[in-house]
Amino acid sequence: MTGGMQIEESPTTDGEVISNYTINFGPQHPAAHGVLRMVMELDGEVIERIDPHIGLLHRGTEKLIEQKTYLQALPYFDRLDYCSPLCQEHSYVLAIEKLLNLEVPERAQYLRVLFAELTRISNHMLNMGAHVLDVGAFTPNLWIMDLREDCMNFFERASGARMHSAWFRPGGVHQDVPEKLLVDIGDWLDNRFFQLFDDAMSLVIDNRIFKQRNVDIAVVSRDDAVAWGFSGPMIRAAGIPWDLRKSQPYDVYDRMEFDIPVGTNSDCYDRFMVRVQEIRESAKIIKQCIAQMPQGPIASDDGKVSPPKRGEMKQSMESLIHHFKLYTEGFHVPEGEVYVATESPKGEFGVYLVSDGSNKPYRCKIRPTAFSHLQAMDFMSKGHMLPDATAILGAIDVVFGECDR
Amino acid sequence: MAVVHSAPKFASNEGVIAELSESISIWLLSASEKHGEVIFTVQRDAIEDVLRILRDDHKYQQMMEIAGADYPDRAERFEVVYMLLSLTKNHRIMVKCSTDENTPVPTVTTLWPNAGWLEREVFDMYGVTFAGNKDLRRILTDYGFEGHPFRKDFPMTGYTELRYSEEEKRVVYEPVELPQDMRTFDFLSPWEGSDYVLPGDEKADGPPDVDKPKTTEKPADTGAGEEAEELAEEGTEAVPPNMVEVEITDEKEEGGA
Repeated sequence: MTGGMQIEESPTTDGEVISNYTINFGPQHPAAHGVLRMVMELDGEVIERIDPHIGLLHRGTEKLIEQKTYLQALPYFDRLDYCSPLCQEHSYVLAIEKLLNLEVPERAQYLRVLFAELTRISNHMLNMGAHVLDVGAFTPNLWIMDLREDCMNFFERASGARMHSAWFRPGGVHQDVPEKLLVDIGDWLDNRFFQLFDDAMSLVIDNRIFKQRNVDIAVVSRDDAVAWGFSGPMIRAAGIPWDLRKSQPYDVYDRMEFDIPVGTNSDCYDRFMVRVQEIRESAKIIKQCIAQMPQGPIASDDGKVSPPKRGEMKQSMESLIHHFKLYTEGFHVPEGEVYVATESPKGEFGVYLVSDGSNKPYRCKIRPTAFSHLQAMDFMSKGHMLPDATAILGAIDVVFGECDR
Repeated sequence: MAVVHSAPKFASNEGVIAELSESISIWLLSASEKHGEVIFTVQRDAIEDVLRILRDDHKYQQMMEIAGADYPDRAERFEVVYMLLSLTKNHRIMVKCSTDENTPVPTVTTLWPNAGWLEREVFDMYGVTFAGNKDLRRILTDYGFEGHPFRKDFPMTGYTELRYSEEEKRVVYEPVELPQDMRTFDFLSPWEGSDYVLPGDEKADGPPDVDKPKTTEKPADTGAGEEAEELAEEGTEAVPPNMVEVEITDEKEEGGA
């Protein structure tokens, strides 16, 4: 733990002095998954109270977005939850499309779902690796980081960037992918991914130490999970089969066959296992996407929103004007407000978008997944030991780029 | 209008406004459905009662988000928007109320424990206070920060910047100094009838009267000057430009370039 210890005013009983410690967990702590400062009040080694101090990574993204056109604001979403960039873009482009009532070509919808699921895999790889590392296992992290690297390579081949892809666009995606990439993703899932993943998981899932550190830690009842606004793996671990991909399908999720894994005990172990199972479901979705993906355009044919192709621009005056207008003024979005939430790997990631009819968002409120989960840190940790805090944090899957915005 | 977008599809909005409006009618200011979103605007003081009824009687179990928004032109400039989600009905609604800098909004921490941080965020960013929230500290901004940064009148650059001072061996706060001005480009097209004055047009007395057709009926209307008008009165023989006779001389003028 960093920071000094400070003995608070202590109650005395029968001449024995019992003192509560207040210590700082973070702001720089490897198990804090970023910059989190938690002021912990400890009774011996038992946590009495936690006051998380967040905002150390606050960059005012929402204010910056108000100054940018709709298209210019898109890359900010990669930089929120930098472990699952494409899933955040998904919420944002869907919010714009909802305001515009814009149709997206089928191939683009399949591509977006495919890459959102690939992002989910890469996000869970990082989180699970970090989680097992936090509770003491080193090797699985190294093994599954290798798989995350593979995902990064796929993102790079699709968008040119490993992390901050900025690949989704209102009306579709930026560029089509080569057929070879789809073949390679399918090949990777069939011949490489599960060998390595199952190997890594075989070290963890039935491991005695891993279970001792996670089972029955931070048990949250169903009612509490609902009241605290939990979502994603956190609410599913509590036994509620709630998944926005299933209940409120967007893009082509309604054509996909997949199951929603739920937990039974609602502890840190269940949250971990829900993620393990989700990865298998994601792999299923990716395979279905590859099998069903039609040929065709990858961006809307509405020239007022999506830019013309390079070739058209050389031939047609109208396309040239569209290109010029789209990349200077940008497109206008009809007046109104929407709240669009999608299932990001960490839970419900929402965008509340207010448009005043101009080319810039009037207000763009981002609903981070970590906010309600981290807020429950205090009540989840109460009565647990100090080292359990890292397991609880790991199972929340918190990333501060998104939490602090 | 037919729905063609592929944004998340939740349960139908049909009849929702009628049903919910009935049970919160005494506090309801307006209800609307636009872009597939159901929005209720209610009286500020009743927000807790309204949300309690929606949670308990209408099964909106989760409050996913509280968003603040600033509309400086309005008498009550701030809006506080609550996003409710029903897990059993698979439906979302928004409930909002408005307030100003000095009037507190009743807290909803009594209904949902996660409202605590969300209200702290709205307070931090907009300065909206929540009556009954026992822990209304700043949450996202720096310790000791002054002002409410998401208000529309708060500059993008802020007022203070900080750096690590090697001399003092600590982080120091200084007023913001920009080596280059903030660049905000106005790309809104003036062709589509802008209602603001472009730089350099300040002296022009208002936009041109485009409804009145501009015609040139007599030579005096051309504005070409008296000399031209006289010539026009006389009438000249029209000569096509390429037929004009030009006197070609080899000699250059003295002192010429």
